[in-house]
Amino acid sequence: MKRTVYRELDLSPGFLLVLGLLGLIAAAGLGAAWYMEHYGHIVTGMNNQVVWGLPHVFAIFLIVAASGALNVASLASVFNRTMYKPMARLSGLLAISLLAGGLAVLVLDLGRPDRLIVAMTHFNFKSIFAWNIFLYTGFFVIVAAYLFTQMGRGFGRFIRPAGWVAFVWRLALTTGTGSIFGWLVAREAYDAAIMAPLFIAMSLSFGLAVFILFTGRSCALSGREFGQDLLLRLGRLLGLFIAAVLYFTAVQHLTALYAAEHHDIESFILFGDSIYTTLFWTGQVLIGGVVPLILVTLPTHGVSRVAIKLACALVIVGGFVQVYVIVIGGQVYPLALFPGMEVRSSFQDGVIAGYQPSLPEFLLGIGGVALALAIAAIGMKSLRFLPESLADEAVDPQRVPRTGAVT
Amino acid sequence: MTTRRQFLRDSGAFTATLASGATLIAFAEAQAEDGNKSRKVRWGMLIDVANCPEGCSTCVSACSNENGWGDTGNPLTDAQWIRKVAVTDPQSKLRRSLPVMCQHCAEPPCVDVCPTGASFKRADGIVLVDKHICIGCRYCMMACPYKARSFIHEPLQNQKPHAPRGKGTVESCTLCVHRVDGGRLPACVEACAAAGHNAMLFGDLNDPETEISKRVAQHPVRKIRADLGIDPGVSYENL
Ligand code: SF4
Ligand code: SF4
Repeated sequence: MKRTVYRELDLSPGFLLVLGLLGLIAAAGLGAAWYMEHYGHIVTGMNNQVVWGLPHVFAIFLIVAASGALNVASLASVFNRTMYKPMARLSGLLAISLLAGGLAVLVLDLGRPDRLIVAMTHFNFKSIFAWNIFLYTGFFVIVAAYLFTQMGRGFGRFIRPAGWVAFVWRLALTTGTGSIFGWLVAREAYDAAIMAPLFIAMSLSFGLAVFILFTGRSCALSGREFGQDLLLRLGRLLGLFIAAVLYFTAVQHLTALYAAEHHDIESFILFGDSIYTTLFWTGQVLIGGVVPLILVTLPTHGVSRVAIKLACALVIVGGFVQVYVIVIGGQVYPLALFPGMEVRSSFQDGVIAGYQPSLPEFLLGIGGVALALAIAAIGMKSLRFLPESLADEAVDPQRVPRTGAVT
Repeated sequence: MTTRRQFLRDSGAFTATLASGATLIAFAEAQAEDGNKSRKVRWGMLIDVANCPEGCSTCVSACSNENGWGDTGNPLTDAQWIRKVAVTDPQSKLRRSLPVMCQHCAEPPCVDVCPTGASFKRADGIVLVDKHICIGCRYCMMACPYKARSFIHEPLQNQKPHAPRGKGTVESCTLCVHRVDGGRLPACVEACAAAGHNAMLFGDLNDPETEISKRVAQHPVRKIRADLGIDPGVSYENL
């Protein structure tokens, strides 16, 4: 088999421009965090009812996508799909970068980000949050080691075991992230075991979508080829994951509809007249699920390249909306202090809370995205992550060139 | 039962002295015995909703004065350690008004989820936030079924030395731990009695001899969201 040749990115003006732009956005995010920290969370849209706002939506999306970005590497090392091997390094790099971006947002949104060291030295082992700190740190170490087995000389025999460990770890990581919600018995919207598998499906789908777009862009910007067949294959895989997310979303809401105590919150999200119902049906289900699913399964040759990339973009948008509906929609709904009773107080008991995301929150979140992409870009510039070519012949020399429609 | 309640209401002032006197003796006992580790104290509260008039918010102002939180003109972000909640039965239109604060749960979800251990339960059942290690993640606010906790959204002025607060951290009712440790009653309980309502009773739930234990044992009391199995330390009577 032909050896894959990897090469760093050139220090082209284009690269510098992209990096400069990302740096600027990340800096704006940092500024926003400073502003929120200085004046307090009063400058955000968050309040005592909606305690996790837009930054959490960004952070959770990035963390979930991070573990999913490792898909391609897992397919290569764990499931031995040779075709994906040349992209395994990039998949690991992107996973680390996305996680770093997500965690940065999470930490900077704390009430006391200056106490990060406290979080690192005081652990309550009953807290799933504390476990997540271990899962996240472990993820960095394991994926870094896994990358090392691939990139260092003479470690080839460790690639597979390292790939396995990374694969198992990342399932644990997503389960952990989903469980943050699943454990909240008091919040009707979250109290469900389905949260963990739902989050795994979401990670597979969002992560792969980000990976496809990211790889495509990197190849295009550095003048490298990205094979048509490869893209189509990745697209079909994405279709599978989109279907899985839709399936688990259906299970999530159907089981909740049957549980009497969750009935009210379910009708609020599914059949209400709030923004969350619109976001759910239009954003999450239609734009993030049905349309991209159709796009990746459309067997039309020629337009499919665009169709798949569009599908990826829609999955990202819809996925973001999905996290928004879960995080914010679940919080605006009042806690049931006295189920079945009408409740009123000066503390917004019994009313649907309002939440208006503010500019600093958005800047912090998007800053995290920029940070993640900048880390990945710097990685590709400094080390050999990106193959010289991802053309179909390069990734799969035995391939029979296809003609006509793709199935 | 009606006659007893009637009696309590009619002789409000007298009962107040008696009740707090009895509770104070209970304090001394509890502390002495705690020293011998022979019995564990569990502080709790019993609220008689029948004695809690709708328009009254004496307990709320007392807490606000005592602990230095209050209205700064931002109702959505201002802290509320205790609030009056109006509950209406949609069928019978029967209306009740009752104070809700941290319920000092025996199995507090806020403690379970806190990553740093800042949210903790003392041996005597009082649930507190250690302001020095709270990182302001708000996970405890997500976990509390009673919306008992507030996040401090703004810089603060005029803090009370016995109730330290800090921007970027989370806080809630401390059951006036600074008073209780000195053998006094929580500010809300004292104020409610002083106003002649006597709707709040404080004491050791683990000592069968305290008035609160007797009343909890002899009267039908309710705990809010008892179905969650987290065993709140606050019970409600006549709800
Ligand atoms: S009422 Fe809420 S804050 Fe208080 S102990 Fe229970 S869970 Fe914790
Ligand atoms: S906000 Fe503070 S007390 Fe609450 S869970 Fe986070 S660290 Fe613990």
